[in-house]
Amino acid sequence: MTTEPLPEHPEPLWRNPEPRSSYDVVIVGGGGHGLATAYYLASVHGITNVAVLEKGWLAGGNMARNTTIIRSNYLWDESAALYEHALKLWEGLPDELDYDFLFSQRGVLNLAHTLQDVREGTRRANANRLNGVDSVWLGPDEIAEVCPILNTSPDTRYPVLGGTYQPRAGIAKHDHVAWALARRADALGVDLIQGCEVTGFLKDGNRVTGVETTRGRIHAGRVGLAAAGHSSVLAELAGFRLPVQSHPLQALVSELHEPVHPTVVMSNHVHVYVSQAHKGELVMGAGVDAYNGYGQRGAFHVIEQQMAAAVELFPVFARAHVLRTWGGIVDVTPDASPIIGATPVDGLFVNCGWGTGGFKATPAAGWTFAHTLATGVPHPLNEPFSLDRFTTGALIDEHGAAAVAH
Amino acid sequence: MLLVTCPWCGPRDETEFHYGGQAHVPHPADPAALDDRQWAEYVFYRENPKGPFAERWMHATGCRRWFNALRDTASYRILATYRPHEPRPSPQPVETPTAPPSPGDRRAAGSSGGNR
Repeated sequence: MTTEPLPEHPEPLWRNPEPRSSYDVVIVGGGGHGLATAYYLASVHGITNVAVLEKGWLAGGNMARNTTIIRSNYLWDESAALYEHALKLWEGLPDELDYDFLFSQRGVLNLAHTLQDVREGTRRANANRLNGVDSVWLGPDEIAEVCPILNTSPDTRYPVLGGTYQPRAGIAKHDHVAWALARRADALGVDLIQGCEVTGFLKDGNRVTGVETTRGRIHAGRVGLAAAGHSSVLAELAGFRLPVQSHPLQALVSELHEPVHPTVVMSNHVHVYVSQAHKGELVMGAGVDAYNGYGQRGAFHVIEQQMAAAVELFPVFARAHVLRTWGGIVDVTPDASPIIGATPVDGLFVNCGWGTGGFKATPAAGWTFAHTLATGVPHPLNEPFSLDRFTTGALIDEHGAAAVAH
Repeated sequence: MLLVTCPWCGPRDETEFHYGGQAHVPHPADPAALDDRQWAEYVFYRENPKGPFAERWMHATGCRRWFNALRDTASYRILATYRPHEPRPSPQPVETPTAPPSPGDRRAAGSSGGNR
């Protein structure tokens, strides 16, 4: 028997360096947000003596588990500014990073199935337009034109009464986004250190001076946490608390199909969100499992509900087969908005609480967190998203726009 | 799906229950004395451990009574369930499905699923 020789392994996109004993900035978490933070620290702020510490492999957590939806149609001024900044950065990143990560602005529909949904949706579309976000309100007939496979007949259990549509929204290939950011951050001098779990924090009084890791002690001028579902665990090690709860969030894909789904559809009420990947899989997301969990898996009845919603909305999916399902751990805040800024520990900053919607914000999370880590003070975009807001009461309630049940 | 043992009704599917978050969070004894930071703690901050967690559940489609569970948030294994007036059991994680039941309980502790 003869076998073809294996092809040459492609050139690695980043080095695999040993950790040094000290960095100006250490970022804990090598997912999309950590990598974007490192990239902007180096490219915008000229700070290249930076390490990104990842306990597993780069972008193997929620960056590998999300449903890749990108949009900026959030209700409040603070959120619209932050997510729209992200969308504008997305529009330039493929060129800036010289990497085609299949960013596809195919639009997003957020469906309304009840009178309350209609009121919330029209209000949000109007608020979006006042903030320069390209949302419009569509009726069922217009929705049928945007997405012909969607069942917009009045005969369903929860008829589509209308929906918001943001044409500039879309999807991107999540793994490639991470690799594009990692390659460029690495080229600018950032050390991306995998298999390096933070096990404790070094402090001088109330100031953080470094981290203990499974690969030794690493000193740092400033430390940024970008660890999503494990943020509470790290905060506890550092001696403070976060108002977040970690939940499993599940998603699944079908086997490959011909292109049938031209846009992204999200339904809060019957609850599923669906797009079709470039390769052909139907990508569908569920609501969170109700209980707190770190297990990166959830219950099947949640998937069952999600599939019932998908088949109700898209009768054409009824005979598609599930190829695989998975779960990630999302850190949910009381107001469904992120926390980006200072912590009670000097020199230690946190980017967390993105809950079910962190992927779309990857560039803006990186942009604002890099600014915060570089200057020690928040960027105007993330100033409202301080940890302090839970004490002052200046919450930014985005449970409606978050569009994923939790 | 979890098999949750209601302290009154016995083991039932997870879908019969409503989740209530962290257990043993007392209402402030003297609410008027709290400052903003303490109110924030009471209203918005809850424990979020990776490991044993004492939490509230309600048997929504059964007896509709609240009770508490000690559950490992990493393995999802339910280590014990107990009635609201009972103290939280030992916080040690239990690796084997032979958790000692508290007195008066008829549950199969640590069950990982039920076929129906």
